Amino acid sequence: MESLTLSDVEQKYYSDLFIYCDTDNTKKVASNGKVLDLFRAAQLPSDVVLQITELCGATRLGHFGRSQFYIALKLIAIAQSGLPLRVESLNTVKDLPLPRFVVAKNEQETRHTAMYPDSENQGPYSGVIPRPPGRGQAKKIPLSHEVIQSVVPAADPQPDTTSPVVSPHQSPPTSPHAWRKHTRQASGGNADRQPVVGNVWPHFREAQAGPVAVDGMWSGHSPPPVQESWESATIRTSVPSAATNEIQRQTSGYDDPWKITDEQRQYYINQFKTIQPDLTGFIPGSAAKEFFTKSKLPILELSHIWELSDFDKDGALTLDEFCAAFHLVVARKNGYELPEKLPESLMPKLIDLDDSAEVPEPALDVGYSGSPVEVTSNKSPSMPSLNQNWPELNQSNEQWETFSERSSSSQTLTQFDSNIAPADPDTAIVHPVPIRMTPSKIHMQEMELKRAGSDHTHPTSPLLAKPPELSEESKLAATIKFPGNTVGDGYSSSDSFTSDQEPMASVVTRQRSHSGTSPEGLKVVAPPPPPPRPHASHSRSSSLDMNRNFAAVTSAGQQQPGVVAFPPAVPPRPQPTQAAGPHGHRPVEGDSLPVHCSTSPQQIPEQPNFADFSQFQAFADQPAEDAEKHSETAQAEKAGDVAGPLRTAKSDGQSEERAAATVNSAKGSTGPLAPPPKPVRRRLKSEDELRPEAEEHPPKSNVITAVLTTQPSIPRSVGKDKKAIQASIRRNKETNTVLARLNSELQQQLKVRPVTLLRQNSQREGFCTYTPPPT
Amino acid sequence: MAVCIAVIAKENYPLYIRSVPSQNELKFHYTVHTSLDVVEEKISAVGKAMADQRELYLGLLYPTEDYKVYGYVTNSKVKFVIVVDSSNTSLRDNEIRSMFRKLHNSFTDVMCNPFYNPGDPIQSKAFDGMVSGMMVQVS
Repeated sequence: MESLTLSDVEQKYYSDLFIYCDTDNTKKVASNGKVLDLFRAAQLPSDVVLQITELCGATRLGHFGRSQFYIALKLIAIAQSGLPLRVESLNTVKDLPLPRFVVAKNEQETRHTAMYPDSENQGPYSGVIPRPPGRGQAKKIPLSHEVIQSVVPAADPQPDTTSPVVSPHQSPPTSPHAWRKHTRQASGGNADRQPVVGNVWPHFREAQAGPVAVDGMWSGHSPPPVQESWESATIRTSVPSAATNEIQRQTSGYDDPWKITDEQRQYYINQFKTIQPDLTGFIPGSAAKEFFTKSKLPILELSHIWELSDFDKDGALTLDEFCAAFHLVVARKNGYELPEKLPESLMPKLIDLDDSAEVPEPALDVGYSGSPVEVTSNKSPSMPSLNQNWPELNQSNEQWETFSERSSSSQTLTQFDSNIAPADPDTAIVHPVPIRMTPSKIHMQEMELKRAGSDHTHPTSPLLAKPPELSEESKLAATIKFPGNTVGDGYSSSDSFTSDQEPMASVVTRQRSHSGTSPEGLKVVAPPPPPPRPHASHSRSSSLDMNRNFAAVTSAGQQQPGVVAFPPAVPPRPQPTQAAGPHGHRPVEGDSLPVHCSTSPQQIPEQPNFADFSQFQAFADQPAEDAEKHSETAQAEKAGDVAGPLRTAKSDGQSEERAAATVNSAKGSTGPLAPPPKPVRRRLKSEDELRPEAEEHPPKSNVITAVLTTQPSIPRSVGKDKKAIQASIRRNKETNTVLARLNSELQQQLKVRPVTLLRQNSQREGFCTYTPPPT
Repeated sequence: MAVCIAVIAKENYPLYIRSVPSQNELKFHYTVHTSLDVVEEKISAVGKAMADQRELYLGLLYPTEDYKVYGYVTNSKVKFVIVVDSSNTSLRDNEIRSMFRKLHNSFTDVMCNPFYNPGDPIQSKAFDGMVSGMMVQVS
């Protein structure tokens, strides 16, 4: 007898088997009895068994000693793998799967040492998600089908797990149906099995050296594993009598008895076409009912089949569902019991079927009182199916006050047996994707807005910036009191940031509604600039950027009187108060200064910008009669200009604001930066009215325009900073006050021009409460 | 954890009724039957308002010393009745609602089955499983 080298796994396995066969404990087993049964259980042709017996020397000895037994086992494994039986191959075959044996039911109880590597069985215990096909069968198969396999070797083929993709080519040519019958008979019912399983499983667990890589095995499709799995599947089926061979044959029909062969599937597809020519369409329930009633199965069973196969519970059958249902009908007609859960192989492939996909949620189903195997099996693949179901379930849940979407989702889960094909991608749960706006962008926009002093231009910029921020900092949204709170509404309403534009759009619309009165302003704002970046999370960083910008701009600005280098305009806030005082620039500036100071330190760097205000003040001091006009037109123009930059970004909110403020001041009457479109609007209109004086404004407006256009694109620092937002809020408020003051001053000056004032006032929707005396 | 769950059809005959302690079935059947009167009363009370304004969950129908009865009506006038043990730590209202929700879902699934004729007793295993999960676990 050639020496036999066994791996540890094999060693263990064989010793277990030997112990099993060695009932007399004589350290040698007779060639009859259990050994024969065992060999028979290997589901090999009898001549192969004979050959093995002969090769191992038992024939010579008349009995199986331990070594002969081991050799025989190894030869069995070789034969099961489809390799030729050679003595030489005993030691040369590498990675030979363990021989598989179908264990009789009655033997099972006695065999507690048998490992049940089947993932299914282990499911509840080891947490490995049993593969559905196996599972389904497991249910049916009494525990008796413990597969005699060592649990440890991960290399072991998954006997139970069916990687049923490959039909067992090498399986003995038995008719699958016979096997099925056995299976069916064997399966006394889950109840029977479960207790047995319960007894056996603990053993398995202990026996397991480690988690059996069931999943790995499961997906392995190599022929040996397939064969083994095939065989193991057959093993599962309890063989009440010795007709194991038949059982083995049977499996070839299904992969693990539930797999659909190609010819079967083609047949099903053809049948499907007779009802529904469109293969991607559905078969309505009524048509399916008629069709399946023709099979003459009892309605109750048909109903159960329907429950199993209608995966998405929509009352209609897709092609996959139809094939599954048809398959179950065929199985039932052949005597197989219906599974409790839809076998994995029959799961409709809604999404890329991932064998290892786990349905996590079935466990959620409280009412899921399936066998533990089912429960565990469902755990893994449930997620994908859940995804499919959740959208519907969630919708339904929302109708009720729900607190457990699980409970409803679990409903659909009951059908799952384990790996469930992931749901359609579109039904998959969509994870909200927060939109990140670089803070700098928003900041820049804000600054631009402020700079322009035209709130109208970009009322939305700060708001636009906000939605992106929301995802990141919901609190920001809360804290940001943007003008009109419209923005806030916009934010809060966007539960999922699926698109950048959506919240923007909502914000924009809100903004528009607020500033609605200034269509011109809106027009200016109209070409939506890139979504404003969220307020800089670190105002410092943004302010640093801004400082750079400021430095650059300031230097340029100083050269031009009134040209202020501002960082991107302050996001226009549709704050009514702001619009009110487009004229009160100087005082506003003064006020804004302290306000700014009070803001976060980020503003400090912007302080230098304040210095620029003096330049504007110079402008402000210009002829009074033109002041308002200037301011208005300038503001209008500025607003227009600002709109662009404002939108772009809001990097250094405060610095931008300041810059904008300075710009405003340059105009001499432009309101604070913040400026919601309304000021722009007003200015535009006033511009129209003040056309004759327009020539006075151009200088200023030109300056402002120049300033605005020269605004460098402020780099946006990514990140949203609550502080920055708050700072921007303050800035806007300051702008408001500035504008209010400007407004009051202009009002006084407007006494000379009551008409224009009146018109302006009427257009300022609530921007300023001041109404010029109707002179 | 309910001790009895019943599904009553529109015509007030039971489609499905199941109790946990099997020996007390008759008592629970009687309880459910009497609870139907309360359900009718509640339905009619809201009857003035439009159906969609009527909430599906009816709440506690009536308590007895041993147990409490909760009701739920679907828009198709199918009623669900849950009887819970009073000794049970009082289940929160939300829990009862969720139980009804699950029942409703399962019932819908049963209805979707073309092989199920409305009015037939419910024999769906899935439904049974779900109900079993909700019942009190009595050893």
